[in-house]
Amino acid sequence: MTAPIETTAASAEAQPEAVLAGAGRSQIEGRSLGQIAWTRFKRDKAAMAGGVVVVCLVLMAALSKPIQAIFDLDPNKLNQDLVDPALQAPKGAWGGMSWDHPLGVDPGFGRDLLARVIEGSWVSLLVAVGATLVSVLIGVILGVMAGYYGGWVDSVVSRLMDTFLAFPLLLFAISLSASVQDGFWGLTGLPLRIAVLIFVIGFFAWPYIGRIVRAQTMSLREREFVEASRSLGARGPFIIFRELMPNLVAPILVYATLLIPTNILFEAALSFLGVGIAPPQASWGGMLTDAADRYESDLQYMFVPGLAIFITVLAFNLLGDGLRDALDPRSK
Amino acid sequence: MSDLTKSPDPVEPLLKVDGLVKHFPIKKGVLQRTVGAVQAVDGISFDVRPGETLGVVGESGCGKSTMGRLITRLLEPTGGRVEFEGKDITHLSVGQMRPLRKDVQMIFQDPYSSLNPRHTIGTIVGAPFRLQRVTPEGGVKKSVQELLSLVGLNPEHYNRYPHEFSGGQRQRIGIARALALKPRLVVADEPVSALDVSIQAQVVNLLDDLQDELGLTYVIIAHDLSVIRHVSDRIAVMYLGKIVELSDRQPLYETPMHPYTKALLSAVPVPDPKRRAARTSRILLRGDVPSPISPPSGCRFHTRCWKATTVCKTTEPPLLELAPAHRVACHHPENAQDQQPTDTERLAGAPTQDEVVRTSE
Ligand SMILES: Nc1ncnc2c1ncn2[C@@H]1O[C@H](COP(=O)(O)OP(=O)(O)OP(=O)(O)O)[C@@H](O)[C@H]1O
Ligand code: SF4
Ligand SMILES: [Mg+2]
Repeated sequence: MTAPIETTAASAEAQPEAVLAGAGRSQIEGRSLGQIAWTRFKRDKAAMAGGVVVVCLVLMAALSKPIQAIFDLDPNKLNQDLVDPALQAPKGAWGGMSWDHPLGVDPGFGRDLLARVIEGSWVSLLVAVGATLVSVLIGVILGVMAGYYGGWVDSVVSRLMDTFLAFPLLLFAISLSASVQDGFWGLTGLPLRIAVLIFVIGFFAWPYIGRIVRAQTMSLREREFVEASRSLGARGPFIIFRELMPNLVAPILVYATLLIPTNILFEAALSFLGVGIAPPQASWGGMLTDAADRYESDLQYMFVPGLAIFITVLAFNLLGDGLRDALDPRSK
Repeated sequence: MSDLTKSPDPVEPLLKVDGLVKHFPIKKGVLQRTVGAVQAVDGISFDVRPGETLGVVGESGCGKSTMGRLITRLLEPTGGRVEFEGKDITHLSVGQMRPLRKDVQMIFQDPYSSLNPRHTIGTIVGAPFRLQRVTPEGGVKKSVQELLSLVGLNPEHYNRYPHEFSGGQRQRIGIARALALKPRLVVADEPVSALDVSIQAQVVNLLDDLQDELGLTYVIIAHDLSVIRHVSDRIAVMYLGKIVELSDRQPLYETPMHPYTKALLSAVPVPDPKRRAARTSRILLRGDVPSPISPPSGCRFHTRCWKATTVCKTTEPPLLELAPAHRVACHHPENAQDQQPTDTERLAGAPTQDEVVRTSE
């Protein structure tokens, strides 16, 4: 038998990897697909840039209150002295840009735009990420069940997905947010608005991820390692959580990352239509509505929330694409 | 291998299969009405004796894998009976089957799909212990490392992932997993057909060595007669869901009785140049295997058989013991007495001898 030859060949090539994984371990450590993906991801400049921007955005959103406190930024402080009531525009060039107000002020009340963009970031990201989590949760549970069990479970879930995708979502969102104006489940005001947005956006986007997870599960369950697991006495839950899930994490992660920017745009659109976040709370969509009303007098105003949305959406998309390429090089 | 088959005294079989049937329903339309069935396995019977190796051969789609999945009870039979160590396991539920899984294990065909790419080798080979809640002496890790050395892999590779191994090495990992719980019966479904020819012999020899070392019983599935030639004690030849010939190895290779077996044998490369000269003809089977959805009437081989007569189309030949330990299902067998000597009218449309037999190479 030539088995010893095979193994020596393998251990010879193992040396550099052992060093890579190294750090105090004498054992030969394999590189998981995750580690390989990370090496690949690090080489992708655009994805890395997207990732860095996303991290900054998340930090900004999470720390928006402390940032406002430290830099003495107040998104709701009115500075009527900075606007020209006759022109309906900020005094001074470039939308009232100054050292005190680096991005200028809003033409109606003279509120600091930097503070409002920072304040808007947490609303946008909270709604987008929250809605994504709702979609992922529902989509993964139903998608895996449909894909793994097949039969009537699959038929029911598939019809459900079709129904949800056929739903006139925008009309539903408008009527829902109109009808829950004054309190629901003990929530009122801003928290209620945010909850409704997360629900509406997340609850209707799950079929997209559900379909992806279903298809992936269906192809995975035909693989022989699932059969091997069954031949050892494993049952459905074990196979789903221990055998299938580790293989589904990558596509779920990629899809979730790509769903966030879609949701940011959707939230902005709903706020723009006046059924999202209500003023005076700062939100990127709300700022856009405000700016659209005054584009004749203060065109620059529009670029502030516009750029914020643009940069955020772009960064998440670059990150998502990079993740996809890194996790599955064949999908290019 | 073992001499068990040579001794005439009846040994209690480890596995007993009787009239096994598996039909996969074909459903159509919105209402999922059953419109037919794939008759993947259609009434097969055989025994597997402790310590022996039963080879099962047949062309692609003849139901070999389905047979393997039925006897390991990954599938539930449509009919017939499967007995393991005298216990009827035909319709046991998943839960009832669970303790028996220790004793019946499977080696899979595709080493690239049979190992979960997200698990380390340690996790994969250790899974049998965890799933069956067996705590081996010295711990799971030690046992896994012993298993890795047993199959000729470096035990240090415990923490590596499947993608870091070659096809042959992966198949060894699959073998280690199958042997972890010291099974009585191992069903190997084309264990080497996905491997490089140069590695096939190594893996087959490994299986052979392990059988001697651990006292295993094998059912080895293959699609031609060359791979299993040296490891099988007995061989079953399958055609379209049926066993057409079942015999000890020696008689099957030397005096094949079923025309289909003869055709399969003629395709086996003969390594020995002296014997190669002795082989004069090569039989080329014309046409594809008929569909198992509507198999031919009578003898299922009659559409491709050069000896077919009228009776072949109308009457299914029974599997009869025409020589000691040599069963065949054919009306006009080779190397044995003709079972239907009066029926001589050649079947219209059947290929003639000249059409299928090529003299010499
Ligand atoms: N789950 C299933 N549902 C429906 N038909 C099936 C199923 N599994 C197998 N079949 C059909 O049963 C027949 C026998 O399949 P099987 O996989 O047992 O053949 P095989 O002899 O193992 O072939 P191969 O050499 O290609 O592996 C084929 O026609 C196949 O299409
Ligand atoms: S029974 Fe007839 S058709 Fe079938 S193998 Fe024998 S001779 Fe050929
Ligand atoms: Mg098969």
